[in-house]
Amino acid sequence: MPYVVKRPERDIWEQSYIPETVRGMGVTLRHFFRNVIGRRDTVTILYPEVQRPYPPRFRGLHRLTQRDDGSPRCTACMCCQTACPAECIHIVAGSYPDGHPLAFVEKYPAEFWIDELRCVFCGLCVEACPCDAIRMDTGLHARPVEARPHLMYERNLLLSITDAKGDVLTANPRKK
Amino acid sequence: MTTFFVVATAAKLVLFLVGIITCGALMVWVERRMSAMIQDRIGPVRANAGPFRLWGLVHIAADGLKMMIKEDFIPRRADKLLHALAPMLAIFPVLVTFAVVPFGPTIDFGHLGSVNHLGPLFEGRWATTLQVAQVDVGLLFVLAIAGTGVVGAVIAGAASDNRYSLLGSLRAASQLVSYEVTLGLSLVGCVLVFGTLRLEDMVLWQHHHTWGVVVQPLGFVLFLAAAIAESKRTPFDLPEGESEIVAGYFVEYSGMKFAAFYLGELMEIGVLACFLAVFFFGGWDVPFLRADGIHLSLPMLGAKFWAMPHWSVVLLQLGAFGLKVCGLIFLQMAIRWTLPRMRYDQLMELGWKAILPLSLANVAVTAVVLHALR
Repeated sequence: MPYVVKRPERDIWEQSYIPETVRGMGVTLRHFFRNVIGRRDTVTILYPEVQRPYPPRFRGLHRLTQRDDGSPRCTACMCCQTACPAECIHIVAGSYPDGHPLAFVEKYPAEFWIDELRCVFCGLCVEACPCDAIRMDTGLHARPVEARPHLMYERNLLLSITDAKGDVLTANPRKK
Repeated sequence: MTTFFVVATAAKLVLFLVGIITCGALMVWVERRMSAMIQDRIGPVRANAGPFRLWGLVHIAADGLKMMIKEDFIPRRADKLLHALAPMLAIFPVLVTFAVVPFGPTIDFGHLGSVNHLGPLFEGRWATTLQVAQVDVGLLFVLAIAGTGVVGAVIAGAASDNRYSLLGSLRAASQLVSYEVTLGLSLVGCVLVFGTLRLEDMVLWQHHHTWGVVVQPLGFVLFLAAAIAESKRTPFDLPEGESEIVAGYFVEYSGMKFAAFYLGELMEIGVLACFLAVFFFGGWDVPFLRADGIHLSLPMLGAKFWAMPHWSVVLLQLGAFGLKVCGLIFLQMAIRWTLPRMRYDQLMELGWKAILPLSLANVAVTAVVLHALR
């Protein structure tokens, strides 16, 4: 038996096009007038001028948190460098000399490089850090730059970046 | 032919041409912003002149500048002469048909302040009709010139050496020729009722009796459908058909030549709105407004009359025509952003099996009724 194509059944009212066209134009014009006068249903955000705040758990650019005295919390344990799947963290450890008030933490990062171009923003470095020294709560994303070296972030820059509220300290200070 | 006649005609010509082209450019903005509003978008608002964005109006200037400095590309194997000729042929009928549109009654510069008791279309020393050309065959002229619109589309497609444009121009040819028939026939009813082919006299009949849409409602719907088909816009935009044949007959055009097609299409909407207003919505007629003032006859209050000076009457009527044209442009835009494109067989079926017989029936019924009423 041949396959019969089912044609939609339309009555004469629908087939005359006009009432259905008018009905369709009702929908069109409802949207038009609602957007022109009064409430706007447009969801467009005019981006650079209007920015939607990122959610609080958004993983943005990294920052290194500071102690109360301004020294880096990082102890150069290399956990983040080890955990990083993109291998974008490079740390050179230095040690506090004897008699230094922070001599009890032994090490500090003499150099701390993050290649933000290699970073995949997975957050594993933050998970790995035992000292809450590296965080991704800045609410920033990598900015366009003119040369690759500009996105190689070094220690002092990372230390100076604040979290979304403008704080350079960690959110959960540790007791001595 | 007096000096005043020459000056007046030249002034009307310049005024109207500038008006149309500005209107065409504005329509680009209307189209983009209106479609955006309908689809819950914002539309183009980025271009600015310093701190001014003017709701995206600056985009018109930006677009114009862009069109001027774009490369004027001609395909290697295209027919150079015809390729250059086609945009002109496409825009020609649009600009020419505007000449016979009566956009206002007669204005008499000698008696601007006094009350006019002579009627709307008198002749005087300082009087001039607000219409570029009074043509005895008015309507036939319009249809004849509108018929040449297909030539530009076909030549553009054939001269471009591109399969898509050839397909587009073939579609344009068949579609325009099909709907040309209805376009004429749907107006025959109007001609029968108004008893004239002169556009200014058609408006005058409606001024004295009633608007064309009241006596020819079916004719209005049929003419609107055929007219939208003639302007090659959605739901009848098969010659362009972005999704299948890129842009149809003007794929191979860029820069100002493309702008000629694009603006031509948009200005055609303006022309159609003008003709819809003239044939069906009384042209420059304002209800109850006569040449000497407002005549109101209400069943309760009896007849009332307020005299108005000549200049204010003409200004009101000019404004009314502009308002009607804007409204009809809005209507066409709303239809364009409401209906999806038809299939080719649906297009032909609608043209030959629905609109054409209906327009013939409209002519027959109109003729019989008019004969019975005589």
